[in-house]
Amino acid sequence: MANSISVGAAAPGCKKVDPILVADNVTRQFGGLTAVDVAHLEIPRGLITALIGPNGAGKTTMFNLLTGFDEPNTGSWSFDGKNLAGVAPYKVARLGMIRTFQLTKALSLLTVIDNMRLGAQDQPGEGLLQSFLRPIWKKREAQISERAEGLLKRFKLDEKREDYAASLSGGQRKLLEMARALMGKPQLVMLDEPMAGVNPALTQSLLEHIRGLKNDGTTVLFVEHDMHMVRNISDWVIVMAEGKIVAEGPPAQVMKDQAVIDAYLGAHADTDLGTVAIKTLKTGK
Amino acid sequence: MDFVNILNLTGGELIGAYTAAYILCALGLAMHFGFTGLLNFGQAAFAALGAYGYAVATLTFGWPWYSSVLFGLLCSAIFAVLLGIPTLRLRADYLAIVTIASAQALRFVFGVGEYREVTGGSNGLSQFGESFYSLNFLPDQRFEIGVLTYSSDEIFIRIVAWSLVIIAAVLLLMLTRSPWGRVLKGIREDEDAIRSLGKNVFAYKLQSLIIGGTFASLGGMVFVMTSQTNQPATWGTEFTFMVWTILLLGGAATILGPIIGGMIFFALLMFIQGILEGLVNLGLLPFLDVAQVGQIRFLLVGLALMFLVIFRPQGMFGNKRETQFNG
Repeated sequence: MANSISVGAAAPGCKKVDPILVADNVTRQFGGLTAVDVAHLEIPRGLITALIGPNGAGKTTMFNLLTGFDEPNTGSWSFDGKNLAGVAPYKVARLGMIRTFQLTKALSLLTVIDNMRLGAQDQPGEGLLQSFLRPIWKKREAQISERAEGLLKRFKLDEKREDYAASLSGGQRKLLEMARALMGKPQLVMLDEPMAGVNPALTQSLLEHIRGLKNDGTTVLFVEHDMHMVRNISDWVIVMAEGKIVAEGPPAQVMKDQAVIDAYLGAHADTDLGTVAIKTLKTGK
Repeated sequence: MDFVNILNLTGGELIGAYTAAYILCALGLAMHFGFTGLLNFGQAAFAALGAYGYAVATLTFGWPWYSSVLFGLLCSAIFAVLLGIPTLRLRADYLAIVTIASAQALRFVFGVGEYREVTGGSNGLSQFGESFYSLNFLPDQRFEIGVLTYSSDEIFIRIVAWSLVIIAAVLLLMLTRSPWGRVLKGIREDEDAIRSLGKNVFAYKLQSLIIGGTFASLGGMVFVMTSQTNQPATWGTEFTFMVWTILLLGGAATILGPIIGGMIFFALLMFIQGILEGLVNLGLLPFLDVAQVGQIRFLLVGLALMFLVIFRPQGMFGNKRETQFNG
């Protein structure tokens, strides 16, 4: 099926018109288990891409590999034309590719505003010698604080400004982590299950924030289990199962793909479990 | 029982040079553990390197005091780098294992007879303070403070030691309140999160290890300069754990904590000793003799600290919300 995002028809590993991230032949084995085995992957620039798949499909491992938090057995990948294989995670972040984590990593015993300030780049006061010379970093600190406060307001965390991050609810921590990632003005933000544990009221505003990112020109890649969200906001969906990419395309098209339904929901998605013999389920027939 | 004498001796501990030496080491450990989350159980090694660096530079190379100080600091910085490169990439508990082991190894190397020419073997080194005490600007007389009298040099070392404590505390305050210190606290909370925000975590941890180690080296120099003797037996694990005790007593992620904690710790030791000795002399503790008092006071302090850690884990000056033990 033709679309404006891929070159030619959408198919697993298809080329994109304007990719921001290109990965080739990336594999990662844990002992005998091949967690990731991706022949070719391209993430379209300026759009929202969802990475979905059942538990254990290798989505988070793929995130870790692309951001340098884990090292692959083979493979190469580039971000905006710059080769990223073997690059340290902090350098990946500085290049403009910032991630969040599935298990939220709020810095518990730092205040919300300090969490935010840590997300900023180019603060000279973060250098050891410069840190003694307040005049050098005072101005930049004021800019950072201003940006942080703006983002906190957008994410409705401004009232928690001086609270320890430890005192936030699970959903608020997700919001804080996302807002913190945006402090670095990333070109590509990678969100690992941004909706997990967030209550429905917050979900709506989180969706708005992600759409807002796209409007600001940021590329978004996210892992998610919530199909409602995937259908709602993504421009492109990539489906992984058992370490491989099994399907990709626009959400409406992917959701109808039989391979996806089988991989994601199981081959018995439409069957009432009460009427299926357990033996049949086990053998998968 | 002579209460006036006991109180005076206790007061003497509050301003003692040894007290200041331990506090310097504890301030360094506050940098390592309190602000960066590095479990360093080898603070004695940094102090020993400062002490031996100074003494060897003076006695073997014949250097003046300032070159000797720099040499001591350089030794501890090199040690921090050698220790940090293989271990700071690993999980926190590995650093604990490696630091405690290398501190012990270092102590044995200093005590080995083979290098007696340089390190003095198990007897250690002495009489290396001439260049330092030549700086003494005070008149050569006895100074009376209460019932205690000090020589001119004893006052001088106290002035230098406590000045160093103040300088170290101010440096620590400036560092921890800067964006640099904010990154350190972030690393203490979750280093992967800090990595994902574009900070070179390894470099920060190494810087923290070097700076905290440097503070401990200054502490080591003050420690040996007081009596002008430096013996390898001083730098055992008990030295490290005294420093830990002081830090936890005051509050790990504070600056005032290690200072006041150190003063209280040594004052308390002296006070308990005085009281117990008095009671023994009065015959009220028939199961103890005076020689045993020196040991039993550590036991009592240990007990007091156990209660402190259970009921006030953040230390005296720590923020209740910032309790280190519960995370």
